[in-house]
Amino acid sequence: MSDTLLKVRDLKIGATVYPPGEKPHDIEIVHGVSFDLERGKVLGLIGESGAGKSTIGLASMAYGRGGVELTGGEVWVNGRDILKTPHSDIRNLRGGEVAYVSQSAAASFNPAKKIMDQVVEAAVEHKKFSRKEAEGRARELFAKLGLPDPDNIGDRYPHQVSGGQLQRCMTALALCPEPDLVVFDEPTTALDVTTQIDVLMAIKEAIRDTGVAALYITHDLAVVAQVSDDIMVLRMGDTVEYGSTDQIINNPQEEYTQALVSVRSIEHEEKQPTPEPVLSVEGITARYKGLNFDVLHNVNVDLHPGQTLAVVGESGSGKSTLARVITGLLPPRDGEITFAGRKLSSSLAGRSREDLRELQMIYQMADVAMNPRQTVGTIIGRPLEFYFNMRGAEKRKRIIELLDEIELGEKYMDRYPAELSGGQKQRVCIARSLAAKPKMIICDEVTSALDPLVADGILKLLLDLQKIENVAYLFITHDLATVRAISDSIAVMYQGRVVRYGSKSEVLSPPFDDYTDLLLSSVPEMHLGWLEEVVAHRKMESAGN
Amino acid sequence: MHPIIKLVSQRLALGLLLLFGASALIFGLTEALPGDAAQAVLGQSATPEALANLREEMGLNRPALTRYFDWLGGIVQGDLGKSLTNKLDIADSIGKRLGNTLFLASVAAIVSVPLAIFLGLLAVRFRNRWPDKLISAITLTTVSIPEFLIGYVLVYFISVKLGWFSSLAMVNDSMSIGQKLYAVALPAFVLTLVVLAQMMRMTRAAILNLMQSAYIETAELKGLSTFQVIARHAFPNAISPIVNVVMLNLAYLVVGVVVVEVVFVYPGMGQYLVDAVTKRDVPVVLACGVVFAAVYIGLNMVADIVSIVANPRLRHPK
Repeated sequence: MSDTLLKVRDLKIGATVYPPGEKPHDIEIVHGVSFDLERGKVLGLIGESGAGKSTIGLASMAYGRGGVELTGGEVWVNGRDILKTPHSDIRNLRGGEVAYVSQSAAASFNPAKKIMDQVVEAAVEHKKFSRKEAEGRARELFAKLGLPDPDNIGDRYPHQVSGGQLQRCMTALALCPEPDLVVFDEPTTALDVTTQIDVLMAIKEAIRDTGVAALYITHDLAVVAQVSDDIMVLRMGDTVEYGSTDQIINNPQEEYTQALVSVRSIEHEEKQPTPEPVLSVEGITARYKGLNFDVLHNVNVDLHPGQTLAVVGESGSGKSTLARVITGLLPPRDGEITFAGRKLSSSLAGRSREDLRELQMIYQMADVAMNPRQTVGTIIGRPLEFYFNMRGAEKRKRIIELLDEIELGEKYMDRYPAELSGGQKQRVCIARSLAAKPKMIICDEVTSALDPLVADGILKLLLDLQKIENVAYLFITHDLATVRAISDSIAVMYQGRVVRYGSKSEVLSPPFDDYTDLLLSSVPEMHLGWLEEVVAHRKMESAGN
Repeated sequence: MHPIIKLVSQRLALGLLLLFGASALIFGLTEALPGDAAQAVLGQSATPEALANLREEMGLNRPALTRYFDWLGGIVQGDLGKSLTNKLDIADSIGKRLGNTLFLASVAAIVSVPLAIFLGLLAVRFRNRWPDKLISAITLTTVSIPEFLIGYVLVYFISVKLGWFSSLAMVNDSMSIGQKLYAVALPAFVLTLVVLAQMMRMTRAAILNLMQSAYIETAELKGLSTFQVIARHAFPNAISPIVNVVMLNLAYLVVGVVVVEVVFVYPGMGQYLVDAVTKRDVPVVLACGVVFAAVYIGLNMVADIVSIVANPRLRHPK
């Protein structure tokens, strides 16, 4: 028997699409992809959304999500072509030979069942282990994956453990039936960077210790470089480049791969603070109704005209709450906000139309921030009517100007949001906020849902627009690479407090406080062995303490 | 305090409040009808003097609010008053009839609830294929035909032509449980047909909704069979909407049973209420109204409580 566990040859995958205003028709989304995976090895599948990487991963389980169909080619697992085996054998394959770890463990665990029941289910169902043996194995895996209280954590329900812990439980779920292959589909993407590093290390060690082979799917090249032996770069259902991890990272041949490797290379020179800030947040303390603790504690930050203040922190750090306070959606318990030289009313109802116009907002999810039944022209034209009372030709002229500024152009005017890509949708949202001629825009994780190259384009656009319009950005993000790219000053938030604040060069230069150090060192770097270095460094430090 | 206990006691308190409101509404509405109990007793031939005397005697001259609280106080102590027509204690009469109605409703429920849920699961398993369409077609047909029509058709064919069951569903205390079941078979069957469709369709819709969830995909990728996925992973999460519609239908079985009881001349609450209305026996109508309201509110409260208890986030807080 050869060592090849998974052999994919000329795999073609199709789907039925339902474009608005057209008849449903079939399209091909993966156009003949081939690769081999040996036992115990890890292959990274990398690409942007729509590259077909998840679809290929699921094809190794003979599974098509939604209306996806495996239309051609061969997928050999353990010496048989699973696209031609009967359904009963497929059931043995799924969960028995090949297991799946999804991006969102929180959604992938059944909320109504205990973790243990779900972790052992596949092993027991496929008669690999008795229930008792499987539970013992699950506890071993919980311990190996670094979960707290491994003997009892299985008795909890999914909502009773944290996101990072649940993602490790999902890995245990996949490994419990001793599969030959695990498909990891963006297993750390939904986690904070500081959590990601631990989960990544746990997954890497589990792969090494159990000798399981893995397909590791992600859009983050720096992450995949830490765990995989080989990497396949995919784009729009085609293989762009396929080679060893070392070759792809250090010596990429294709232009697209080179772009992925050098992503986030935006240079932006820090500007000096001006005497008069456009926004001044003083002593803000806030809490949500019904909670008996504060989510913001005495927050003080300034934002200068035409500059960018990046508010960075992990989920739950209070950065979005700060945006809600500034916009007036959440009146603070204490503190004051000065905007453009005047005191802002703490509540939305007390603000003038001028206040509203000069302070705009762009959101993370561009597609839900737009009315799907309105054309791009209507969406951008609305603030023109509302704030400037523009009508007819005058309004149309201004809409076209704005469309040109966001590099889309007049032809997009009559399109609906559903006809735009993710990056284009975000551009329309930017145009809509610019239409109000604001002094300041709050950007809440505006690039988080976008692919790296698209996100880069949006950041460049925002910087260009800042130069033209002299608009200030309060840029909320969890992504430090984005912060480096665009900010002039930075506020690091942790548990509702600003733990570090100053100009970009100050904040990003040592000496660091503990949290900023942890945050900065957790950002994956695009070189081999980074993960081990960081983990070893941390072990040494904690031993030193 | 455990959040479940808090939520459940809130629900119980709300239920009592609602029942109180319902009793006021029932009393107020009968009060608003023209005529009163005195007129009903004396009938067409009443002279003004006789009416005035009787009103005095029955205490009808007192303000409505006083009478309402008297009546309510009686109910709380289990005294529902006396029937105008036969002077019997209403609580006694209702007790026996409510028992009969509950018996009929329970038989129908024991058959229809598991059957509806099973058919719903089956419809999901074979979604958009012939079993699903057949189940939908049959249940929709039976729910669309008025129950009295189904009742009479069944009586004609099964009782009259075939002679398998009696057309009169008479029960009394001296009958054994087997005899009783035999007697209520036909009305219970009709009721089952009426309530089946809604419960089955809700089960189907609730589970189909969940079938899009990521954890269902996880279960499929574990290699479970489709039916295992539905029963083990989708159903536990669908309990709350299903229980709600089941309870609504159970309430219908008790409260809406009137027509079926009349068709089969079954000695239950429905018959009693219809008799009382035709004879303008106001105290009986009031009592029946309150009992029906109590059953309705009670069952819906049970549905709420089951939904709360079925939620693992509430059952096992962080």
